Amino acid sequence: MMDSITYISASSFIGAAMAMGLGAIGAALGLGYAAGRADESMSYRPEMSGQLLKNMLIGQAITETAAIFALVIAIILLFAEPASTSVLASWSAIGAGLSIGLSAIGSGVGAGLPAGAACVGMARQPDNKGKIFTTMLIGSAICQTPVIFGMVISFLLLFMDLSDIPLYPGWAAILGAGLATGLATIGSGIGNGLTSMEAVRGIARNPDTSSDTSRVMLIGMSVGQSTAIYGFLVSLLLVFTGLEPSTTLASSLKLIGAGLSSGFGGIGPGIGLGIVSAYAVKWVARRPEATGTLTRTMLVGMAVTESTAIYGLIVALLLVVVF
Amino acid sequence: MDITGPDFIKALSFLGAGLAMGLGAIGPGVGEGFAAGKACEAIGRKPEEAGLLTRTMLVGQAVSESTGIYSLVVALLLLFVV
Repeated sequence: MMDSITYISASSFIGAAMAMGLGAIGAALGLGYAAGRADESMSYRPEMSGQLLKNMLIGQAITETAAIFALVIAIILLFAEPASTSVLASWSAIGAGLSIGLSAIGSGVGAGLPAGAACVGMARQPDNKGKIFTTMLIGSAICQTPVIFGMVISFLLLFMDLSDIPLYPGWAAILGAGLATGLATIGSGIGNGLTSMEAVRGIARNPDTSSDTSRVMLIGMSVGQSTAIYGFLVSLLLVFTGLEPSTTLASSLKLIGAGLSSGFGGIGPGIGLGIVSAYAVKWVARRPEATGTLTRTMLVGMAVTESTAIYGLIVALLLVVVF
Repeated sequence: MDITGPDFIKALSFLGAGLAMGLGAIGPGVGEGFAAGKACEAIGRKPEEAGLLTRTMLVGQAVSESTGIYSLVVALLLLFVV
């Protein structure tokens, strides 16, 4: 029979592996996309290669953030003393790894898209490079919000007081919390990236509309965050709801089901919301006089797209609160 | 942890409800977003047809929603009926 410390350190290693393994996927894709687009832009305008390289590196540095967050959690899991010696701490190591690893996928892919678009935009319209650069910075930075939700849940799981959570079904609540935020933030990260990519392209094409375009981009990106917030809320609910001790399998698996429902349920609507606002932003930049109609249609379209994420949230709430 | 037959069935139907709604929401989410995105593009090209385009967008999204509603129905069946 192993003692709980052995369990905790073994699961910390699995958690660290999942954090960094999953967390590397998105940032690597985003960095590669930015580099590919930078190369493409240099072929249009080799004489600007110095500036384009600088822009690529700055964009990539922001894109890298998601992977660095995952690395931080992985290092904490590998080297820090666990906050508790209860067996639950081994589940919180796995939950923390899943939460940061999965949430880094969306932000990594997302932040790479505006960085790539900015390189191409600068090569095509060198006069507008200031505005393009600013929009890229704002867009890539907001794309990091989903991974920050994931990191908050990881830190919460790693450092919270586990003493008043019963082992059964507490293990499932912790695992479900990691899955809910981790999965739900994938969609928002990619969606935010699509929106800010079109904003960068639009401002490169038509810098006079930059104030309208940035405003619609910010509205679209903040509404696009909502599916990640649903996952985040379900995670907090799972962790902080007062759990009754129960050794039945049903009382455990319902909490994992809640995490999967709101987690997977957020991926599609998150990407969909990003597609809606990407097209809206694109056409605000091309036809600023239709900004009002476009914003209204965008918000109506986003509200309907949101509906399946809300179904996922409802099923999760039913599982946690009613059953 | 001792698992009885009814407990096992209930547990897996809870997990199934979560998976049905979670995975089932992915497709309609992307699809409805695409429909609304293209509607925005169409309104950008022809703002004077905004009424017709918004109506068509909402009808298209309602139909795209259907698979999401199937998932919700299956999830609710698993939760309340099975």
